Amino acid sequence: MKQTCLHAEHLKLGAQMSPFAGFDMPIQYTNITDEHNAVRQACGVFDVSHMGEVRITGADAERFVQHIFTNDVAGAPIGKIFYGMMLYPDGGCVDDLLVYKMGEQDFFLVINAANIDKDVAWMQQQREGFDINFDHQSDAYGQLAIQGPEAESVVEQVLGIACADLKFYEAKELPAPAPAQGRGDLPGCEQVKTSIPPQGGVGLIISRTGYTGEDGFEIYAAPDVIVQAWQKLIASGRCKPCGLGCRDTLRFEVGLPLYGDELSPTITPVMAGLAMFCKLDKDFIGRDALARQKAEGPATKLVGIELEGKAIPRHGYTVLTPDGSTVGEVTTGYHAISVDKSVCMALVRSECAALGTPLLIQIRKKTFPGTVVRKRFYDKHYKK
Amino acid sequence: MAKFEEGLRYSESHEYVRLDGDYAYVGISDYAQHALGNIVYVDMPEVDDEVTAGEEFGAVESVKAASDLIAPVSGTVVEVNEALEDQPELINQDAFATWIIKVQLADPSELDALMDAKAYEAHCAE
Repeated sequence: MKQTCLHAEHLKLGAQMSPFAGFDMPIQYTNITDEHNAVRQACGVFDVSHMGEVRITGADAERFVQHIFTNDVAGAPIGKIFYGMMLYPDGGCVDDLLVYKMGEQDFFLVINAANIDKDVAWMQQQREGFDINFDHQSDAYGQLAIQGPEAESVVEQVLGIACADLKFYEAKELPAPAPAQGRGDLPGCEQVKTSIPPQGGVGLIISRTGYTGEDGFEIYAAPDVIVQAWQKLIASGRCKPCGLGCRDTLRFEVGLPLYGDELSPTITPVMAGLAMFCKLDKDFIGRDALARQKAEGPATKLVGIELEGKAIPRHGYTVLTPDGSTVGEVTTGYHAISVDKSVCMALVRSECAALGTPLLIQIRKKTFPGTVVRKRFYDKHYKK
Repeated sequence: MAKFEEGLRYSESHEYVRLDGDYAYVGISDYAQHALGNIVYVDMPEVDDEVTAGEEFGAVESVKAASDLIAPVSGTVVEVNEALEDQPELINQDAFATWIIKVQLADPSELDALMDAKAYEAHCAE
């Protein structure tokens, strides 16, 4: 099993470790509820070094990204980030990802850990006829997510990285430290007076992004830089170490999809309610199938369901109509921590997808009544 | 560190039985509540339901996952711990003081198949 650069740090903190996407990852350090609340109320740091990174440069870099990616990056300012998907020709989802425009004809793609091999192979298959450099950099980067209302001051004061200037979904790149500074030095603001080209190592990319519904930042850098930043953050006491357990409860509450649950080769962005990230007025792989599905209306749609009782709907549980016919399946469910309600996202037949529709969820031997609601159970608190 | 209370009988699936005459109070062990973490919901049977040794009779759920409750003995449910409906965390606070169901034993000899505290502690250490 693979380990991230922070594996030893997790063990030092006594984390409960578990396999995730081929990596031995921390699920929790203390407990999911406390870590979840730390992010909603103050600040938490996550090791997300398992995520994959690909850099695409060259004369046709933008044309290539436009071809494989559902969102429209054409003419975007440098530093702008886009969320979207890569699709198969039938509209099914290869992965959902972030695309960072780091320069003219220079794009940084962040992909799901579980899909790294598949995504890299898929992109390589599509590159014929494009003049691009394709640099798979997953092993060159570690990644931290610093999330919560205090994230900005923590990053600035503890790490010494200026980030208040970044708007939501914006990024900037600080060059790799010069050899004299030694590897592992965090490029602080003072050190970045001149544009030192990356030599050997990768630079540091910081973005105002995250997967929690709170304000926050993600930092991509060489593993030794990431370890040093992690240690500073933990030592400061201003940032609670948070595991993948609360990463899932946080993203779920604000209705963010997880590939494998709410998106998959058989769940298209239209079914998942994510068509706004697919720009049908440009061409991309899967566009025609998606346009057709959008026009005809999908047979199934992703909805939110709120249960009356406290029983907890889980991935894979059956959704039924009040008269007992099966109409779908739960994709993710929890007793949501921030709203203290049992809620889930579920893929159901479209005729049952209207807000207010009464449905039942089979939980073990019993069925529990619920109602279709918005799938954002808790409002996002982004700083835009 | 998990506690192992003497005088109780334990199953391999981490339920305990506290015997009271013809009745058994069934809960989950301290070791089990530690392993589960914060318990947020307990799915219990209803009074008069029959439970069968080795078969599922409900579930305890942490934030992350549901774990089946397996009946260590057979019998009729005569009481459920209604306090757990609003305070499932009582199990985390004191698992041995917080029984889940009270069962009228159908076959007291089933108790012989369960472990004492020492054997159960060894089972958990495996």
